[in-house]
Amino acid sequence: MSVKSIMIVGVGGQGTLLASRLLGSALLSQGYDVKVSEVHGMSQRGGAVVTYVKYGENVASPVVRQGEADIILAFELLEAARWFDFLKPEGKLVVNTRQIDPMPVVSGSAVYPEGVLKTLRAAGAAITAIDALPLAEQAGSEKAVNVVLIGAMASQTDLPVEVWQAAIKATVPPKFLEMNLKAFELGFNYKQS
Amino acid sequence: MKELLLGNEAVARGLYEAGCRVVSSYPGTPSTEITERAAEYDAMTVEWAPNEKVAMEVAGGAAIAGARSFCGMKHVGLNVAADPLFTLSYTGVNAGLVIAVADDPGMHSSQNEQDSRHYALASKTMMLEPADSEECLQYTKRAFELSEQFDTPVIVRLTTRISHSRSLTQTGERVDNGLKPYTKDAQKYVMMPAMARPRHAFVEQRILAQTEWAETSPLNTVEYNSKKIGVITSGACYQYAKEALGDKASYLKLGCVDPLPVRLLKDFAMQFEQVYVIEELDDFIETHCAKHGIAVIGKAVFSLLGEYSQSVIAKTILGEEKEFLATDIAVPGRPPVLCTGCPHRGLFYALKKLKVFVSGDIGCYTLAALPPLSMIDTVICMGASVSALHGRNKADPANAKKSVAVIGDSTFIHSGITGLIDIAYNKSDSVVIILDNSITGMTGHQDNPTTGKTIKGEPASAVNLELLVKAVGIERVVVVDPNNLQATENAIRAELEADGPSVVISRRPCALLKYVKHSPALAVDKEKCVACKMCMRIGCPAISFKDGKSSIDPTQCVGCGVCKQLCKFGAIS
Repeated sequence: MSVKSIMIVGVGGQGTLLASRLLGSALLSQGYDVKVSEVHGMSQRGGAVVTYVKYGENVASPVVRQGEADIILAFELLEAARWFDFLKPEGKLVVNTRQIDPMPVVSGSAVYPEGVLKTLRAAGAAITAIDALPLAEQAGSEKAVNVVLIGAMASQTDLPVEVWQAAIKATVPPKFLEMNLKAFELGFNYKQS
Repeated sequence: MKELLLGNEAVARGLYEAGCRVVSSYPGTPSTEITERAAEYDAMTVEWAPNEKVAMEVAGGAAIAGARSFCGMKHVGLNVAADPLFTLSYTGVNAGLVIAVADDPGMHSSQNEQDSRHYALASKTMMLEPADSEECLQYTKRAFELSEQFDTPVIVRLTTRISHSRSLTQTGERVDNGLKPYTKDAQKYVMMPAMARPRHAFVEQRILAQTEWAETSPLNTVEYNSKKIGVITSGACYQYAKEALGDKASYLKLGCVDPLPVRLLKDFAMQFEQVYVIEELDDFIETHCAKHGIAVIGKAVFSLLGEYSQSVIAKTILGEEKEFLATDIAVPGRPPVLCTGCPHRGLFYALKKLKVFVSGDIGCYTLAALPPLSMIDTVICMGASVSALHGRNKADPANAKKSVAVIGDSTFIHSGITGLIDIAYNKSDSVVIILDNSITGMTGHQDNPTTGKTIKGEPASAVNLELLVKAVGIERVVVVDPNNLQATENAIRAELEADGPSVVISRRPCALLKYVKHSPALAVDKEKCVACKMCMRIGCPAISFKDGKSSIDPTQCVGCGVCKQLCKFGAIS
């Protein structure tokens, strides 16, 4: 098969690294060649973060560039807009509708753009927009937002649901397992209204 | 078994499997995880050193003693460690000595974009460059063998994309051949002129032997596809080229980037209509080709700046670009910020009120250079805040009472203490502020000689900063809590006004440390808020301005109370 590219984008501290670890582990169990590229360090602290996950028979470059992503999972709306041109024209965008103001907006030197979702849709992308926080709370903790989002993204891939469940079992501590499986399920079964 | 390992984790695994016994490093993105992961193997002695020079000397001493040894650092760390490197090249080793240096093309987390390959050339050692995690493990093991075979330190060069990408890696077992016997040999290990002269001759002979080895080494591989385009490359660029060009090109992948072969390059290059050298940063391989009359295309079409990718190569060589969906959304930047509850915030707000020149340094607190605090004037390198302030105050003594240096606890130990000795000895009227947050923060919480713990979490001696600065001759030493804004401002003002050098220790642990207890989140009383935006001046990510009033995000606020001290209307509680 040709190489597939997934990007996980968000704000440092939102749990994007756990998401990429889960994704990597799920893909590995299916016998794919996998590369996951992360950037650590300063960018953890409230900055824009991006992780590239690529899989297939033989993956060369670990990075994804403009027009190459099959799926972008955005943990935050503005970050979806930032990386939007990395999506293939026929790619899929899964986006958490939560907004986090970046410091230039907080300090008043920039504005958070309005109507982001509408503009992205008008550009022709297939978008699943989801407010993950209430679903995470329904699963038992606001901290499970990242797993809800992984669920929503998982439904857009061709990996069977059991593979994801096994990856969650292998990655999260036992006492949080039930909550995380529930969070995954709520994301996976989420239907765009 | 095969595991999905970070390049850095694979280097650590390679150390373990190669029977490495002593590891000494200083943290630095993107190299830090090598040593953190290595510390998880009990079979190796693994330590954080105060700086990279010490780390390399520790590893060098251990290698001469007969133990396979290692030190890891980021590219700028190798500047600090260059002194021992150049002479360890002359002494050579006993057991293998391997150094990992992680370059940062694109400067994801660095103050410059230097190309460390020049160090291998200049020190006349040897440098391998892996292209994925599997090679990180294999090349690390190979580097020990080569170090012993040629009697030289061997450098493994990484870049951010190799260090911080996970790929499938075959792990194996550890083979530890024990401590090699050490034999006293002043001609080899005592580098004074009479002994160093013959050792230089040895080094020149060694380079010739290494070059001959490189002509046929299995680390340098050729893949034949198209006869039209030939690509000479190494490291991450090999992966980018493979993805961009596939079988439209043939490849000479250099696993050893110093010394470079000559015949191998010539024989490869002559077979193609066009030969490209694809290398990030400097024209290192290209210059070597030019020296030997090998016609290649390199920096004439590729940039000296930043990271490459498959798309850069496809566009440059094939003229191909991917289609994408475009929008006209103006996306504001999202720079990293000081965390909620960060003790640096209060300190820099106090400096803002004092309107001083701030000689800055390398750490999380460098972020205070960004709006809205905007309170750092210069940043050069580790430790330079202190010595550069001394230079400034000697040049312009009239403004010495309006200038300070800021430096973190770990950076102060790394190389700030020597600058402070200079201030005391050469008598400048300088105020140095040590931001003691009890951890090495920016690289992700590493212990250091001030924290009282080793890399393995074992209790250790802790440098007493007050006693240390007094011992070097600083008589005025004061400790403040940066979350107390008025007291901090008053203390710094008093030291600026006083004659002679002072040290202010701004002490409060990093808000992300697990043992730090947080207070309940604060909230804004909308009735009392007059929308003066005073609380917005500290750049706290929990505070925003919504519907004409300040607002605090309860999920982010850790109750540090700095904003509360700024509100003249008592609206925050």
